[in-house]
Amino acid sequence: MKLITAIIKPQKLDAIKEALVGAGITGMTVSEAKGFGRQLGLTEVYRGAQYKVDLIPKIRLEILVSSKETDKVIKVIVDAAKTGSIGDGKVWATSVESVTRVRTGESGESAI
Amino acid sequence: MSEVVLNTGDTAWVLASTALVLLMTPGLALFYGGMVRAKSVLNMMLMSMVTIGIVSVLWVIYGFKLAFGYEANSQWYGAISLSGLGSAVNELTNNGGVYPIPLLAFAAFQVMFAIITPALISGAIADRTKFTAWAVFVAIWVTVVYFPVAHWVFAFGNKVGDTVTGAGFLAARGVEDFAGGTAVHINAGAAGLAMAIILGRRVGWRRESMRPHSLPLVLIGAGLLWFGWFGFNAGSALGANGIAAIALLNTQVATAAAALGWLLVEKIRDGHPTSLGVASGAISGLVAITPACAFVAPWAAVVIGLLAGVFCALAVGLKYLFNFDDSLDVVGVHLVGGLWGCLSIGFFGSSTINSLGLNGIFYGGGTALLGKQAFGAFFVLTYSFIVTLIIGFAIDKTIGLRVKEEAEVSGIDYDQHAETGYELTTSSSGGFRS
Repeated sequence: MKLITAIIKPQKLDAIKEALVGAGITGMTVSEAKGFGRQLGLTEVYRGAQYKVDLIPKIRLEILVSSKETDKVIKVIVDAAKTGSIGDGKVWATSVESVTRVRTGESGESAI
Repeated sequence: MSEVVLNTGDTAWVLASTALVLLMTPGLALFYGGMVRAKSVLNMMLMSMVTIGIVSVLWVIYGFKLAFGYEANSQWYGAISLSGLGSAVNELTNNGGVYPIPLLAFAAFQVMFAIITPALISGAIADRTKFTAWAVFVAIWVTVVYFPVAHWVFAFGNKVGDTVTGAGFLAARGVEDFAGGTAVHINAGAAGLAMAIILGRRVGWRRESMRPHSLPLVLIGAGLLWFGWFGFNAGSALGANGIAAIALLNTQVATAAAALGWLLVEKIRDGHPTSLGVASGAISGLVAITPACAFVAPWAAVVIGLLAGVFCALAVGLKYLFNFDDSLDVVGVHLVGGLWGCLSIGFFGSSTINSLGLNGIFYGGGTALLGKQAFGAFFVLTYSFIVTLIIGFAIDKTIGLRVKEEAEVSGIDYDQHAETGYELTTSSSGGFRS
């Protein structure tokens, strides 16, 4: 089992969610995040005073998948998230030791 | 001379204006509250709200007499005695002549000016001032600065026959200030500068982001100020007449032009016209037209407003040059806008618009009026700055003006008021404490 974590542009969330549901994914966790990568920060101006905003709002998606589905899901996310401009984000996968569904107590891949 | 009798139309307008001017102070609370960080929004708004409480009470006890009494026959103050308004129900207003409105309507109208003036100062001292120290400051400041200065500027004396007693120093010298460019805006601006210097800079100034936490609040506040300002300026005619109408019209066009002027500076200098810019520009125009609104033609009001927007948009950068933390630009907007407004009458004043006013430079009046205006403006500026420095210093050495550094960093709202402005999380972080 793998945990796929994706950092994406906030405006891409809906498109990615639709693509993943279309690809048969049954659940995900979404949180608002801030961060920076190669994309430089923004400059905001208030009464002439300039503020450099270097932590930019992003969305963090977390999805549990079976190992064999990992590459397919990553491809779906990357295709849907891509705008081609800097700041599109990153996707990575990490191994997961165990997963248990709270309601039924079942564990392993059937709990995903 | 025929006896003046009460006029219901005039009285109705002054009563309505009184309510309009009151609304400016909660409007100011929103305007300032949106500009600070979320952790100090309540303290910022409460500084305005508590000022309504303190000044209203002092006004009925002695403030009205100190500002508008004439018994002392002094050009510096009205009278040191109780206001005694309870026995004045049937009196008409006498301020350099009898107006057909109740004295109590005038007293209620004027207290709103006494409230908003110290409230304006709070913008210079955001995020870091002990609340009790602010309350004490307001009580002392209105007593030794606002009430006397209001007498200098707004008290035209008690006129009986041809004899006038107790006219104010600047009013008697012919300084033209229709609704308070000197007594309100220069006064508050100079005091704000003094307090920002005494208090020192906020922790993290010019290092951390101190972006406004809610520009929609700022815009609501600016809108309420603009709305209330019609009472402030047009109500100062103390009657429902042509002077009130020109004051109201000039207030509108100057404010509109100033908002555009500020946006223009931003577009050229920074590349983006901003919402904080349009709100600040509108306020700068309101400030600048305040002294001039009943003395100039509408075209001149447009010029005064446009230049106010430009001057103030440039002036708000001065604090970075001189390194004082006038947090919400009381100096850049109220002092600079007030100075420009007072001086502008020396250029654009027209006795055709207002027979009580003199002609300025552009109407063939020469520089005499400009000289008077400059004298009045700088006299109030100097008095307010020096006396406020003394008051601020004295409070700092006794009560202490500033909250502890930890309190300032974690947020003055919780430290001073045991409240927080926003509870936006859905998960509980505690429960009822019995």
